[in-house]
Amino acid sequence: MKQIDAVQKRLLQEVADLHEIPEGAYNLRANGESVGRNTTANIDIQTKTEGSGIDIRIKPGTKKESVHIPVVLSESGLKETVYNDFFIGEDSDVLIVAGCGIDNCGTQDSQHDGIHRFYVGRNAKVRYVEKHYGSGDGSGKRILNPVTEVYMEEGASMEMEMVQIKGVDSTRRTTLAELKQDAKLVVRERLMTHGQQTAESVYKVSLNETGSSADVVSRSVARDVSFQKFDACIVGNAACTGHTECDSIIMDSGRILAVPSLEANSIDAQLVHEAAIGKIAGEQLVKLMTLGLTEAEAEEQIISGFLK
Amino acid sequence: MLQLNSLSFTANADGKDAEIIRDLTLTLHDNQFIVITGPNGGGKSTLAKLIAGIEKPTAGQILFDGVDITDMSITERARLGIGFAFQQPVRFKGLTVFDLLRIAAGKTLSLSDACNYLAEVGLCAKDYIHREVNASLSGGELKRIEIATVLARNVRLALFDEPEAGIDLWSFQNLIRIFENMQKTDRNRTIIVISHQERILNIADEIIVLADGRITKQGTREQILPDIIGTNYAQNPCQKMV
Repeated sequence: MKQIDAVQKRLLQEVADLHEIPEGAYNLRANGESVGRNTTANIDIQTKTEGSGIDIRIKPGTKKESVHIPVVLSESGLKETVYNDFFIGEDSDVLIVAGCGIDNCGTQDSQHDGIHRFYVGRNAKVRYVEKHYGSGDGSGKRILNPVTEVYMEEGASMEMEMVQIKGVDSTRRTTLAELKQDAKLVVRERLMTHGQQTAESVYKVSLNETGSSADVVSRSVARDVSFQKFDACIVGNAACTGHTECDSIIMDSGRILAVPSLEANSIDAQLVHEAAIGKIAGEQLVKLMTLGLTEAEAEEQIISGFLK
Repeated sequence: MLQLNSLSFTANADGKDAEIIRDLTLTLHDNQFIVITGPNGGGKSTLAKLIAGIEKPTAGQILFDGVDITDMSITERARLGIGFAFQQPVRFKGLTVFDLLRIAAGKTLSLSDACNYLAEVGLCAKDYIHREVNASLSGGELKRIEIATVLARNVRLALFDEPEAGIDLWSFQNLIRIFENMQKTDRNRTIIVISHQERILNIADEIIVLADGRITKQGTREQILPDIIGTNYAQNPCQKMV
């Protein structure tokens, strides 16, 4: 593996909890090029022959294995669009950890747009963790526009955990999913924006066959003068169940627009949406202050618990 | 340990000033179990909030161990050793029972110590320790967790605002045992409980009757209880169920 510097190491820790080279399959991308890769007997990673990105192929029946594909950018002014395709074999049970960290100390914008496509085989089980993180004090912006597409076969299940807590100036996240019979999708998104950051999160989940289900839950905090938009649409095209929830805390002059929507195209579709936005309740602060915390410490505890 | 000098509190409701606490003077001593009773709206909860710093008095002075705490914040008073169990505990999305107990303890708290506090309030620690303190908990469960947060703090002065409200009859005895244990474990601790319950009044060292923002009666249990027994200020636990 090529050498990575201290900044890149720190970014890796933030986005993938990686302190060392991960076990199992991985592909590490730093400043636009692959700097390390490992494949296993069951998980193959190939560079795309056309365009930028990789194909990850997981053999049917692969159990308890993991794939890490973190990306770090520490060069100011770097812009890239990467296509990563995951082919997840039937009956497999795997953990996929992605994530992107940008450190921009320069004046030019740095941008990474990752397009991830998941083809989840019959009865396969996937847990997907994606963290986004930005740092650096340059005036150049740190921009991430991820697109995630999920195609789920019969009985497949996928749990997606998407986290963006710090330092990304602008993000537009788009997640599209199509589910077949008895497929199950669970999404847990956690988002915090500061300063003048903007974050937009768009979901369109289509429940196309009987027994499919989706649960899309976002918890977010908007501080300072940041702005967030949560736009989640669940489409029920069969006897299915769908639930979407957006729960947000606003602070300072933060703004949030929540647009949950449901589209039922079948009489047997059962769809629910919930959205709640509000500031931290005064009585919550008072309670923690009676336990000895200052107001600022109480706020911090409430937010870190909320986004846990 | 606690001295209130000419304490007054006026609240503004619907554009009108209402005097909730009127020129109240009171001295409480170490290692006492004090029960404050009296009619609803008499100022009991407000008095407890004034002591904890949640409300600021419009006039008067509060001394705690001889130190003037009148202008101190809630946090400063908490750090001096004043604890408060709310009548209606607050819910938190995301914070777990363990988080609250850890914050209350103010230090690294072992899981086993946290479990002991829960066992003390009659909750099976295994079932509760990692649960969120959110709407999935019943009022009674929340109330017991609220009491556990005060136990975890090891305070000098513990204030309980109607601790029995919302808990069932079975745990009533448990509650009384908790108060007795608290006093046994620290001889310098004073406990103030706001309650109408005869069973709690029965273990009081001192009883204060507060009505219309003023102390109308104050004395030992032997002096006060015979006068108020059977009234709304000293209810039998079954009374509300009839």
